[in-house]
Amino acid sequence: MPNIISMIIKRLGLGVLTLLLLSLLIFLSVEALPGDLAETILGQQATPETVAAIRKELGLDQPPLTRYLNWLGGVVQGDFGNSLALKKPISGLIAPRIQNTLFLTLYTAAIAVPLSIILGLAVSLFRNSYFDRITNTTALAAISMPEFFVGYVMIYFFALSGYFPSMANINANTPLLDKLYLCFLPALTLTLVVTAHMMRMTRAAIINVLALPYIEMARLKGAKPSRIIVRHALPNAIAPIVNVVALNLAYLITGVVIVEIVFVFPGLGQLMVDGVKFRDVPVVQATALIFASAYVGLNLLADIISTLSNPRLMRQR
Amino acid sequence: MAARKSASSSSDLLLSMKNIHIKGKSDDKWIDIINGVDLDLNRGEVLGLIGESGAGKSTLGLAAMGFCRDGCKITDGSIQFDGMDMLSLSKNELRQLRGHRISYVAQSAAASFNPAHKLIDQFCEAPLIHNVMSRSQATEYAIDLYHRINLPDPDHFGFRYPHEVSGGQLQRAMTAMALSCRPDLIIFDEPTTALDVTTQIEVLAAIKDIVKEFNTAAIYISHDLAVVAQMADRIKVLLKGDEVEQAPTDVMLQSPSQDYTKSLWAVREYNRKEQKIPPQTEMPIISIKNVTAGYASKLDVLKEVSFDIYKKRTVAVVGESGSGKSTTARVVTGLLKPRMGSVSFEGETLPAGYQSRSRDQLRRIQMIYQMADTALNPKLRIRDLIARPANMYLGLSGKALEERVRELLHMIEMEPDQFIDRLPSELSGGQKQRIGIARAIAAEPSIIICDEVTSALDQLVAEGILKLLDRLQSELDLSYMFITHDLATVRAIADEVVVMKDGVVVEQGIKSKMFTPPHHPYTELLLGSVPEMDPKWLDRLLDERGKDNLGDAAIAKMQNQGLA
Repeated sequence: MPNIISMIIKRLGLGVLTLLLLSLLIFLSVEALPGDLAETILGQQATPETVAAIRKELGLDQPPLTRYLNWLGGVVQGDFGNSLALKKPISGLIAPRIQNTLFLTLYTAAIAVPLSIILGLAVSLFRNSYFDRITNTTALAAISMPEFFVGYVMIYFFALSGYFPSMANINANTPLLDKLYLCFLPALTLTLVVTAHMMRMTRAAIINVLALPYIEMARLKGAKPSRIIVRHALPNAIAPIVNVVALNLAYLITGVVIVEIVFVFPGLGQLMVDGVKFRDVPVVQATALIFASAYVGLNLLADIISTLSNPRLMRQR
Repeated sequence: MAARKSASSSSDLLLSMKNIHIKGKSDDKWIDIINGVDLDLNRGEVLGLIGESGAGKSTLGLAAMGFCRDGCKITDGSIQFDGMDMLSLSKNELRQLRGHRISYVAQSAAASFNPAHKLIDQFCEAPLIHNVMSRSQATEYAIDLYHRINLPDPDHFGFRYPHEVSGGQLQRAMTAMALSCRPDLIIFDEPTTALDVTTQIEVLAAIKDIVKEFNTAAIYISHDLAVVAQMADRIKVLLKGDEVEQAPTDVMLQSPSQDYTKSLWAVREYNRKEQKIPPQTEMPIISIKNVTAGYASKLDVLKEVSFDIYKKRTVAVVGESGSGKSTTARVVTGLLKPRMGSVSFEGETLPAGYQSRSRDQLRRIQMIYQMADTALNPKLRIRDLIARPANMYLGLSGKALEERVRELLHMIEMEPDQFIDRLPSELSGGQKQRIGIARAIAAEPSIIICDEVTSALDQLVAEGILKLLDRLQSELDLSYMFITHDLATVRAIADEVVVMKDGVVVEQGIKSKMFTPPHHPYTELLLGSVPEMDPKWLDRLLDERGKDNLGDAAIAKMQNQGLA
C-alpha cells in the first residue's frame, strides 16, 4: 500500500506541475493573439484616452509577468476574474456550466462505458464471426460520421417523431428525471461517438492477452470461453482499457462543443466558444484551464486504476 | 472420488492414440507436424516423449487432451481416453475432461500462471469449474499438497501472487495445480527446461513423488534424455513428427536400436582434449582484476571478480541465472563500466567504457550471443551481416571484401553460393548461430566471448557448433570466454572453469581438477545436480541428500554454514 500512496502523491505533484506549465502556455497564447482588448471592447468609441482608461481598469498596463502572476494567484483561490463581455465574475458563470457538462458526461459515460466494454468482451469472445464484423463496422461508421451529423440524424429520427426533445435546455432547477429525458439525445449522440474507440480498444487489449500461455492453461483447465475472457483476460487488459476510457471521458468534457450547439445545451464548451467569439479573454483562459485539469485528472485516475489492477505493481517483491 | 472413474476402468489401458496425423498452418499452407504416430498409455504408467525441437512432442501431448493450438488440426487418427472417443466428443464434453481427468503442466510456469490471481485461486479454479470440491475443500487440499512437495511456508504459500515466488517454486505449484482434481493423466510439457540444475532437482522430486503417490499416469515431454530417464517407465523417441522407436527406459538407455537415437546418446560423449597449461611467463590475453560492478543504483552484481584468459584457451564461466556471468562479459566488452577493478588486454589496461576504447581494441574482443534470432539484423542479407565488421575494422571493400565473406562462409561450413544472399529468416537456428560466429571472426579477434551460444539449440546442432568453435580455435589461435549454465558443455569444451555464484567467483581452476573431488561445496552441489543417464540417479540422490535438502533449500543451508 505505501507504494500506491507515494505513487499518487508523485503523480499529483506532476499533475500540478503540468497544469502550471499549461496555465503559462494558455496565458502566452492568449497574449499572442493579435489586436488589443481595450480597442475591441470600445469598438467605435475608441479614443486614446478611453483606451488608456480601460487598459488601466483591466490591469493591461501592467507587464505580462505581473498579470500572469495576478491571474494565477486568483485562480488558485477560485477567482477567475471578471468576464469582459458580461462584466460578471467568471466563477459564477462557470459553476452551472460545469455542473451541466459533468451531468452530460456522466450520463453519457453511464451508457457508453458499460456498453462498449460489454460489446468489446462480446466481440472478442466471438471474434471473426459475423457478429464481430457487423458490430465493428457499425461502430466504425458511427465514429466516422461528424458529430453534428449524428446529432441531426438523432433529431430527425427521435425528435421529429416526438419521442424526445431536440433542445436540451436545462438549468439548475430542472428535476433529475426531466434532465435525463431532456438530455437523452445529446447523450445518445455522444455515446455513438465514443463507443467505437473504447470497444475496439477493449477488443484489441483482450485479444492481445488471449495469445498468452496462461490463457492456454485456462483452456486446458476446462474453463469456458466466457470465463476465460472475463476472469483470465480482462483483469490483465484493464490498463489499456482504463486509459482509453479516461481519454474518452476527457473528450466528453472538452470536445462536445459541437454537440452542445446542436442541442442548445448550456455547457462549458459553449461558454468557451462564446468567449472566443466576444474576445472575452478571461473566460477563454478559465475554460481552457478547466479542460486541461479534466485531462490531467482523468489520466491520473486511469494510472491509479491501472496500478491497482496489477498485483505486480501493488505487491512488489 | 473413486466412483467417478468410469465403468470401463476394468481395462488397464487409459489412453490409446492411433495413427495420429496433425497438420499446422504456416503461411497459408498446411504442413505436417505429426505423421501417423501411435501412443498407448496404461493407468499409472509414465511415458517419456523425447525429441528435438520441431519433433512434435508438445503437439502430440496436447492432442492427448483433445486439444490443438490455434492453426493446428488433427486430420486423421483416433484418440481413445478411458473408453471415450475424444475426437467425437463435443467441445463441452472435452472441457469437462480437461483439468478434471487430464491436466497439463506447462514449460514456463512463470508465463502459465495468470499474473492477476493468487496461486491458490488458480489452484481452486479447476475443482470449482468441475464441481469436484468446494472452495474450502480445495483450499485445504492445496495446502496439503504444498506441504507434500515441500514448498516454503505451505500454509500461506498459495496466498501469494505468481510474481512473488521463485521459478522453481512456481513450477512445483503448477504440478500441484495439475493434481487439483486428482486426474488420471497429467501431461508434463518440458516442466524443468527453463530452470537451473539445482532448482530442477526439487521440481523433479516433487513430480516423481506426486506421480507415485497418486498412481497418476503421465506423459513426460522433454528434450533432455537424462531427465526423462529419471521419470519414465517407457520412452518414445520422435523425429520430425515420426516415431523413431520406443522401449522400456532401461532398454532404451542401454541398447537403442535406431541410429538417430544412438546419435542423441552420443552427443553427451563429445569431449575435447584439455590443452596444456601455459607457462608462468606468458601474458594473458584478458586479465580481469578485482572487478566490482552493478547496474544503476542497485547493489553490486559482481564482487571482486578476478580471472585470466590465456591465448588459445577456453575459459568456461559457469553459474546459475543471476550469478553475474553475463555481467562479467559486459564489463570485458566495455558495455558496463566497473565500479572498481579493471580489465587488461595483453597486459595493457583497457579503458572502462567501450566509447573510449580504440577501434583496434574493440576489434580484438568480439561476442557471440545466445539468441542468434535477435542478434542478427533481420533486414540484412548474410553477405552484409558478415561484410560489415570486415569492412569496418579491416577496411576491406569491393572484390576483396566479397572474397573474404566467401572465405568466412567456407570456414563455418556453409556453402557461399547457396547462402550468401539469404536473409536470417531463411536459415535454421544452427545456421543463424554459425553466421553469428562468422560475423565475430570476420573482425579477426583475439578473443571471443560466447554467451550461452548453444543453450537455445538442440543437442545435435549444439554439438556441431561446439566442434566448429573448437576447430576455429586451433586454426585462428582464438581464446574463448565461454559463458554457460550447462555443465555438459563445460565438460565438452573448456580448458579452465570459473564457477560463479551471486557475483562471486567461488572456485576456479583447470577442467580436469574441477571435475574431480574435492570440490567447493557449491561446485559439488552444481555437479551433483546434473541428471545422469542412470534411471536410479534421482532416487539415489534423494536418499542421499534427503527431501529437505534440494535446490534453494540446499543453497540456503550451505550459506548458513558460511560455505558460500
